[in-house]
Amino acid sequence: MDIGILAQQLFNGLMLGVIYAMIAVGFSLFFGVLDVIKFSHGDVVTVGAFSSLGAAALAGGLVALPPALALASGIAAAVAIGALAGVIIGRVLVLPLRHAPGVNVLLATLMAGTVLREAIRLGVPNGGNPKPFPALLPGGAIQAGSFSVGIDSVMILATGLLLVLGTHLLITRTRFGLAIRAVAQDGEVARLSGIDFQAVVLGTFALGSALAAFAGCMLGLYYREINFNMGVLLGIIGFASAVVGGLGSMLGPIIGGFLFAGVQTLVVVALPISSAYKDVIAFAVIIILIAIFPTGLIAERRSERV
Amino acid sequence: MMSSIPSPIPVLSPLRMQRHPRAVVALMVVLLFAGGGLMMHAESQIQVLGLLAAFLAVFAIADRTPLGQEISAMCGDYGGFANGVAFVCALSLIAVFHGEHYTLLMLATVALFSTACIALNLQLAFAGIANFAGAAFFVLGSYTAAVLTAYTEVPHLMILMVAGLVTGATGVILLLPVLRTRGHYAALVTIAFGLLLRSLLEVNDTLGGPQGMKIKGFSAFGLDFNLISSIGPWDVSFYLPYAVLSISIFAVAFTLIRRIERSWIGIALDTVRCDETAASVFGLSIARWKVVAFLIGNAVIGVAGALYGMMNGFVTPNGSGLGDSLLMLSIIVLGGLGNFWGAVVAAMVILVIPEKLQAIQEYRLLIFALLVLAILLFRPSGILPRPIRDLSRFIGRPGADA
Repeated sequence: MDIGILAQQLFNGLMLGVIYAMIAVGFSLFFGVLDVIKFSHGDVVTVGAFSSLGAAALAGGLVALPPALALASGIAAAVAIGALAGVIIGRVLVLPLRHAPGVNVLLATLMAGTVLREAIRLGVPNGGNPKPFPALLPGGAIQAGSFSVGIDSVMILATGLLLVLGTHLLITRTRFGLAIRAVAQDGEVARLSGIDFQAVVLGTFALGSALAAFAGCMLGLYYREINFNMGVLLGIIGFASAVVGGLGSMLGPIIGGFLFAGVQTLVVVALPISSAYKDVIAFAVIIILIAIFPTGLIAERRSERV
Repeated sequence: MMSSIPSPIPVLSPLRMQRHPRAVVALMVVLLFAGGGLMMHAESQIQVLGLLAAFLAVFAIADRTPLGQEISAMCGDYGGFANGVAFVCALSLIAVFHGEHYTLLMLATVALFSTACIALNLQLAFAGIANFAGAAFFVLGSYTAAVLTAYTEVPHLMILMVAGLVTGATGVILLLPVLRTRGHYAALVTIAFGLLLRSLLEVNDTLGGPQGMKIKGFSAFGLDFNLISSIGPWDVSFYLPYAVLSISIFAVAFTLIRRIERSWIGIALDTVRCDETAASVFGLSIARWKVVAFLIGNAVIGVAGALYGMMNGFVTPNGSGLGDSLLMLSIIVLGGLGNFWGAVVAAMVILVIPEKLQAIQEYRLLIFALLVLAILLFRPSGILPRPIRDLSRFIGRPGADA
């Protein structure tokens, strides 16, 4: 195969991997601190994408800001609204239901995701159709033989990698991260040591959701198109990545995200199937990987097997 | 029998009512079905809203007042009798609306979706397995019927069974690898399966792509259901035999799953759901019972889906999305987990009201999602919760009635 196409696919895989990892980290964080699966997480990605689109359109349309400032306002809106959505869902739904049967939490967060999705579909003008996302990053391309990649894509990839690294450092090196890890290990003891349990849990929700919303913004910038139900697939892939990598661990979901993107890209490249089956393959990969690694590559110390 | 009815304020209960419990129960069931029939037949939005308000009022009375609670308890005690009356009422509704295509179509639709929902109840409320692909299995049943009627001459009653086998087997294949793990993995796999099926159906040309497939009408016992236009001297809609068959399938599924609930299988399922560790201590195989519940549930959903497809004459990938599966789960949550008649009432509300009130058709998913959220937060056992299993009447303890 041509080395340029190979490099192109490798780049696509990396980009997907970063985005999956950013979503998966949230699932793992939430499961860590509260032992719950928050299925509305994928729709927070959509909320992020649509908030940044709205803010950028407002900033560009009303006051005619330069693209850089429009981009900044878009990112700020995505992060702020995404974090807010995460905190509200955490405060109103997940915390009160934390002692209810796991199925209730699953159903409640799936329904919350449906509410977000439907609100976007019905609330955004013409929200049922795919929306074009403005090109806010500088154009131009880097050429290397037959391999060519846009400067904007490189910037997106680098930002994503930095954010994943930054989150990892935040969890492992800061006091807030220490508090998260303490709550994840034992909520009761953490409380006894003077950690504000609710604040840490909601902070975790804000952190994970902001990361997911940023991922939504990146998706819009990379694919130039967003859709009200893009979060369903992303949420499931993010969750599956977290499971395959090891729910509750920090490094696991990142590895899981890249593993997922790798397998998905590999299958698309290696098998002579038309690209219409892209989603079918993605879902099949989820089911097969979950069947192979039901407890994750990096298993939690307390095993989930019964 | 009287002694088992808790009556907190006996003064309020008219003595005559207690002397004729069967009459009271029968009257309640008849009223419920009359309301349901009116709802399905109603044409103006005001009628529909009025009936909805009446339903809510009846529910509030049954839930909050001592008299209502006593009558509810009575209906519970005479469950078998009430079910029999209900079957007769359902058939009477068909007889009343014998010429009305649309009303009969609604009736059959509610019956088939209720069938699927009590199967979901078997999975979720009894065995504790979250099946987030109910609509996908339903549509898979329809597609099985479509393929079999298009390419084979398999007798149609057999097709219903094959559809059940296909959906049941698919479910087991999905569930087997994640059996050793806890709930959310099964949930993830079912969600992924539902989405996989939908995108597969949309892109696969042999299965008709987004346009879906046509399905031949049901024919059995030498009758082609789509050609029936009269029975004896009466002109009837061709939906009439479908409605009768749908209600019969509902009755069979209802009886089957109720028997399972009341048998030692039901007790095993309850144990497995409530405490897996305790269940395995008592020698119950958790994996086996989960597989059994999932298999039976999906098979029933597949049968209902196959008949639904044959009644409509076509099937498209549209009904198989995550939203549709969530609507099915909304039905069983609204009806109360494990409560079969609750599921029927909720199925009617969720299926019929958006059809009648065009204004909310677009918003139905949003509205029902918010409703389910409110119920999960404020009344987690559902609007009509499943009664606690009371074995005292089977062992003749004091306070038992039989």
